[in-house]
Amino acid sequence: MQTTGKQSTVAEIIAAANQIILGKEPQIRLALTCLLARGHLLIEDLPGVGKTTLAHTLARLLGLQFSRIQFTSDMLPADVIGISIFDREHSEFRFLPGALFSQVLLADEINRATPKTQSALLEAMEERQVTTEGETRPLPEPFFVIATQNPSSQIGTFPLPESQLDRFLMRIELGYPDRDAERALLEGGGRREHLPELAACFSPDQLAPLQKQAAAVHASPALLDYLQTLIETTRQSPKFIHGLSPRAALALLAAARAWAFIDGRTMVLPEDVQAVLPGVACHRLRLINSASHARPEDITQLIRTLPLA
Amino acid sequence: MRKSASRPVTPLSLEKAEIPWLLAVAIATVAPHVSHLPLWLSLLTASVLLWRSGLWRLNARLPSRWLLALVAVTGVAGIGWQFRTLLGRDAGVALLVFFMALKPMEMHTRRDAMVVVMLGFFLLLTHYFYSQSIPTGLWLLASTTLLTATLIRLHGGAQPVRAILRYAGLLLAQAIPFMLIIFLLFPRVSGPLWGLPQDAYSGLTGLSDRMSPGSLDNLIQSGAIAFRVQFSGDLPEKSSLYWRGPVFNDYDGQTWRARPAYLQRTGRAPTIEASGKTYSYVITLEAHNLRWLLPLDLPVSLPDDSALTATLETLAREPVRNRARYAFTSDIDAVANRQESQAMLQQALRLPRALDPQARELAAEWREKFKSPEQISNMALLHFRQEAFFYTLQPPLLGEHAVDDFLFVTRSGFCEHFASAYVFLMRAAGVPARVVAGYQGGEINPVDGYLTVRQSDAHAWAEIWLADRGWVRVDPTAAVAPSRIEQGIEAALPAGDPLPALVRIDADWLRDLRNRWEAANNAWNQWVLGYNPQRQREVLTRLGLKEPDWRNMTAILATLCGLALLMLTVWTLYRRNTATPAQRAWQRLCNRLKGLGIARAGWEGPLAFALRVARERPELGEVTREAAGHFADLHYGSGRPEQLQQLKECIGRLNSLRRNTV
Repeated sequence: MQTTGKQSTVAEIIAAANQIILGKEPQIRLALTCLLARGHLLIEDLPGVGKTTLAHTLARLLGLQFSRIQFTSDMLPADVIGISIFDREHSEFRFLPGALFSQVLLADEINRATPKTQSALLEAMEERQVTTEGETRPLPEPFFVIATQNPSSQIGTFPLPESQLDRFLMRIELGYPDRDAERALLEGGGRREHLPELAACFSPDQLAPLQKQAAAVHASPALLDYLQTLIETTRQSPKFIHGLSPRAALALLAAARAWAFIDGRTMVLPEDVQAVLPGVACHRLRLINSASHARPEDITQLIRTLPLA
Repeated sequence: MRKSASRPVTPLSLEKAEIPWLLAVAIATVAPHVSHLPLWLSLLTASVLLWRSGLWRLNARLPSRWLLALVAVTGVAGIGWQFRTLLGRDAGVALLVFFMALKPMEMHTRRDAMVVVMLGFFLLLTHYFYSQSIPTGLWLLASTTLLTATLIRLHGGAQPVRAILRYAGLLLAQAIPFMLIIFLLFPRVSGPLWGLPQDAYSGLTGLSDRMSPGSLDNLIQSGAIAFRVQFSGDLPEKSSLYWRGPVFNDYDGQTWRARPAYLQRTGRAPTIEASGKTYSYVITLEAHNLRWLLPLDLPVSLPDDSALTATLETLAREPVRNRARYAFTSDIDAVANRQESQAMLQQALRLPRALDPQARELAAEWREKFKSPEQISNMALLHFRQEAFFYTLQPPLLGEHAVDDFLFVTRSGFCEHFASAYVFLMRAAGVPARVVAGYQGGEINPVDGYLTVRQSDAHAWAEIWLADRGWVRVDPTAAVAPSRIEQGIEAALPAGDPLPALVRIDADWLRDLRNRWEAANNAWNQWVLGYNPQRQREVLTRLGLKEPDWRNMTAILATLCGLALLMLTVWTLYRRNTATPAQRAWQRLCNRLKGLGIARAGWEGPLAFALRVARERPELGEVTREAAGHFADLHYGSGRPEQLQQLKECIGRLNSLRRNTV
């Protein structure tokens, strides 16, 4: 089977990230997949399981500029995007870019912000540019948002509507570390302090070619058949209120491609689709009987009903 | 037809590339008719088609309607003049052929093209009026394919010719089960479905109801098959194979004639004393348009619809106009008509007056000398043997006293001369005698074991009546040319004598080729053309269907057609869902692994499965991983063709692994 030369770099990143966030390799891979597929990532979990550390680690390893916004309910869109202030010296308005203008943006607790602020961020994510006061400003390239949110059952949150959730390529959960990982954490102390020691694995301009290569991974008719069958099954399933949208199908394919690329393959396999499907589909599917989003188990169950040709 | 030349081109108009298909259809469906159409019509048809092809090549406009009308009227008038009618088989076919050539001349629209195709299908059928041989069948099969391909081209648009032909072939192949079922089970009617006109039989060759010097001559020149015989046990010596046909009793000095059938019925029924040893066989007789069947001398049991006359000829109720099968049992040593009616004996002594004085004189001499008829007969045979008689197919012409000329002047001739002269001598000497015509000998085709009897085996011999032994066969030819009887005509004739090319064959391979071809023809005749109600009943009974009547036959027909349709549907669906070769190989490999106790879940991808195998059954991990890699490349990537082979080799390795471990 053919492999790509870039595999080693990608593998290095994963290995290095593993040193920081212990026992979370699948999640690290998914996050990286999301980045390579030029999508944004939503991490949903309780506070303190390492969401921020993950975002930070990735930014550092990729040599990307990193900024962070802590969302609160009194935050205004301008706080995210930036504001124009009058410069007396030059007698003109000067734009002070907000935290949005960075390569990796960690949007912490996005569901604490009001819908107005949320949508300002999410629109920027989709368009990859910001228009204020009649002027369109492109966001830096690459532009990667890692948003975190606490499970929306908590008090004082504004749950993201379906249409906004759709902007995220994937949603993952970190979960508690297992016993060994937690012991290592306890013994080694907080991981955050190791962050400054991390050396970037490559420079920002190396990322774009990688993304391009990931998008060029071959998807055969047989695989597209399988992918379509999956999508159709979600639409026909009595478990979900709606099936996956065509945009979700595109996202699924892009994510599967990136996953295959990380694995060092030049073609997408059903395994890749299966691996990314929970991340891509869970936040887009709403269960009929519990009014909450689909859980990864539902997706696994769905995969197992569909034999490969 | 187009209303006016200026009418705008409609979407229904023909493409230029469709024209050659239709011209090919016209040529293919018309061509075999050339063999029997009048020459002028063949030429006219060919030139019209050539003209049309030229117009197509040059992209020229089609001729005006007035010109076409002129050609059409001329052609139709010519056909009417030639056949004296426009109705009936020959004139009708000629008209259709002519129209088939003309229609492309006014072919503007798709509708015209469909008319050509439909006319083509109809013309195909008309070929069977003239020939039902294997080559005709093959030609028509090819033409059907072409017609189907043309329909596909007309409806399916431009595609590679090979693709169209393959598709047409596939469609026809799907029709084969239905064809077979309908052929076997469709209730058969006796005789052809359509009445053929009387002239259909005019060209048939075979024995005739009279014999004059030279009449067998033509027949012997023909290598055509007279009949085929299938013995159900062993068969007699070649020298005993006398196939009995017409009996000639009346002689007018030149010609021997058989009694017309209505006169023969007045005779007494023959009495036959069997010797015990009998031979059973089935004759497949080619049509010869006369009523004689040709059983082995003498038949003791006859097929239905036939009867033995007083002169021991076997007559069918109707002239044999179609190739037909007749089952006989014969006893070659049977004694016939030990008691014979006076009228019959008188008949067998009658001679024309005042002819052949020398022969009469000789006979009278023998009559004086010998007392018993046997002695007289032996004397005659001795005479043939001792005098310098010569066996040839090119005898000199005989004069008014034909027997005298032959006996004392020319002394050369073949079976009919000898038989004729012998019977004359016997009658003149007072021994009742008559000429029997038929065939002698035959040749076993080693390919299918049938005895083939050709027109060149036609023969004439004699019979004399002896008071204690009834009618006894005497073959004077055997006295002169024993090899004619023992080995066949090609051995008896001098080397220079002309014979049809196929009768005298020296090259073994050519003979072998002929045998094979004739065996194929025979099988075709027996099983395809000769599949009549009786054969159908036999086949159905053998298939376990008791008392097949048209009702349950129709029921079975419908059921089987339904089943065939169902199978085709299932097959089509299966083909649609079915896997690529790589998938099939991967599936086989997975099945092997399942046999080894580790089954792939239906949803499990190749690499995931290979990882699991490596984890759970490390000894199988290596080969599974390799196979999974090949399969992934082949099915989901851009695999190289040789990887399929490597994937299959993995299956082999797995098999040997299994043998080693189990």
